[in-house]
Amino acid sequence: MNLFLDAFAWLADPANWVGSGSIPQRLAEHLRYTGLAVLVASLIAVPLGWWIGHTGRGRELVVGLTGAARALPSFGLLFLFVMVAGVLQREPASVVVLMLLAVPPILAGAYAGFEVIDRRIIDAARAMGMTEWQILWKVEVPLGLPLLFGGLRSGVLQVVATAVLISYIGLGGLGYDIVQGIELRRFDQMLGSAILIIALALLLDAAFALLERWAVPRGVRAGRLPEPRTAPTGRRATAESPATTEREEKN
Amino acid sequence: MIEFRSISKRFDDGTLAVDDFSLVIPSRRITVLVGSSGSGKTTLLRMINRMVDATTGALEIDGENVSTIEPVQLRRRIGYVMQNSGLLPHRRVIDNIATVPRLNGVPKKQAHERALELMDTVGLDRELAERYPAQLSGGQQQRVGVARGLAVDPNILLMDEPFGAVDPIVRADLQQELLRLQRELDKTVVFVTHDIDEAFLLGHQVVILEKGGRIAQKGTPAEILANPASDFVASFVGADRGKRALSIQTIDGAQVLVDGDGNLAGRLVEAGPA
Ligand SMILES: Nc1ncnc2c1ncn2[C@@H]1O[C@H](COP(=O)(O)OP(=O)(O)OP(=O)(O)O)[C@@H](O)[C@H]1O
Ligand SMILES: [Mg+2]
Repeated sequence: MNLFLDAFAWLADPANWVGSGSIPQRLAEHLRYTGLAVLVASLIAVPLGWWIGHTGRGRELVVGLTGAARALPSFGLLFLFVMVAGVLQREPASVVVLMLLAVPPILAGAYAGFEVIDRRIIDAARAMGMTEWQILWKVEVPLGLPLLFGGLRSGVLQVVATAVLISYIGLGGLGYDIVQGIELRRFDQMLGSAILIIALALLLDAAFALLERWAVPRGVRAGRLPEPRTAPTGRRATAESPATTEREEKN
Repeated sequence: MIEFRSISKRFDDGTLAVDDFSLVIPSRRITVLVGSSGSGKTTLLRMINRMVDATTGALEIDGENVSTIEPVQLRRRIGYVMQNSGLLPHRRVIDNIATVPRLNGVPKKQAHERALELMDTVGLDRELAERYPAQLSGGQQQRVGVARGLAVDPNILLMDEPFGAVDPIVRADLQQELLRLQRELDKTVVFVTHDIDEAFLLGHQVVILEKGGRIAQKGTPAEILANPASDFVASFVGADRGKRALSIQTIDGAQVLVDGDGNLAGRLVEAGPA
């Protein structure tokens, strides 16, 4: 029998969409942990990244953290944190682990957004008599926003993928159905929830790709137009990576 | 009046960019600082609006020591125009020009009206107000930069090689505009360039700098050309060659002028009543 047909049948089964342990509930759990982790990570990484980008102090921190993050064993870390914090604290513990994964890309995005701005623009802003806060909010933040969203995008994807693991410590999420499916040898359920996770990741990725594009200021986009004052069609090249467009086409 | 008194500047890395520099810059005149790359022109200019702080010495504007003025307040009183215009890429031309008045709390409508007037002043078509800097030519961007520098009606306008990156025809145009603007608006202009022709064209007072901000000579263009203070100055202004070294030759009883390259420069005639 076709495994994929079974998986879609499982997904389409109305029984799986209501009650406790249903798909919407797992999805909500998954999104809650993801959202919480990304939110906390942003609260730390965005101000820090902006501060580093604005002052130019502590660049090494960004480089070091992003390098170290690649080597993070998220699964081991999750169990370590739960063991250290105690089983009753596994919710905050898993949010902390997920957050740790999201901090480096967001930090790098926030910092890089400022770093790529032509220094002469900042210099001119200062020479005009802008205060440091005004330079931050009126020049650096608007010009650095696309790259920040790029960093958020990587962070969110990382967390969405890793949040599958929290089901192992009994916190649910979309990973729960996979773990349960393995135990019950229910392949339709395993594959069905795997498809859900992939779809969620693609959806979030597309949403952030749009945000990234939207964040490119008109005037910066305008530089690439042959004619001034043409209405934006939304199909213009922006500062995003080529990988983006590939992924979008797959959608 | 801007007065430099024994100003020195040593950067953190140990570079002595300016060494014991003194100069009086008269009000409502164009003073040009000219010198080769690295002679400290930009450093000197940026001391006036405290983008750079002197290590020793005093700098006064109308008798007020700039070190006692809060930098942000000082900078909002002084126009600053730089080579690449430094316009904010995400703001329309009109908003770029209105930036500082808006920071100072001028209502948007009023600031925009003034910005449009300034576009007239610097010879920019009002049609361009809604464009972004990237949609302008280099010359147009420089004009926007000048308009922005004039937006708060400052007494002092600092210009750091503002026409360095535009082609010679546009540059000649912008130079004439600046002369006209200065006549009409009566600003104290401090202008930095490494182009001696530009310095002689624009400067009421020209200050020729050597490395470390040492003044090789200062005076009106005529004074400098008539009496170069040193071989360095003579060579820098080209007094000994090219189109500045004119010699008289007599052809058919008339005296003609020939420049250092052997090209005919003109005919010698009696000066009319001054
Ligand atoms: N922030 C800085 N830190 C260290 N050294 C500096 C700094 N700014 C300028 N300098 C040095 O000070 C000297 C004078 O520099 P400045 O920029 O004033 O020269 P300039 O006359 O404007 O040159 P140019 O015509 O190339 O613009 C140079 O030797 C330069 O390397
Ligand atoms: Mg310079």
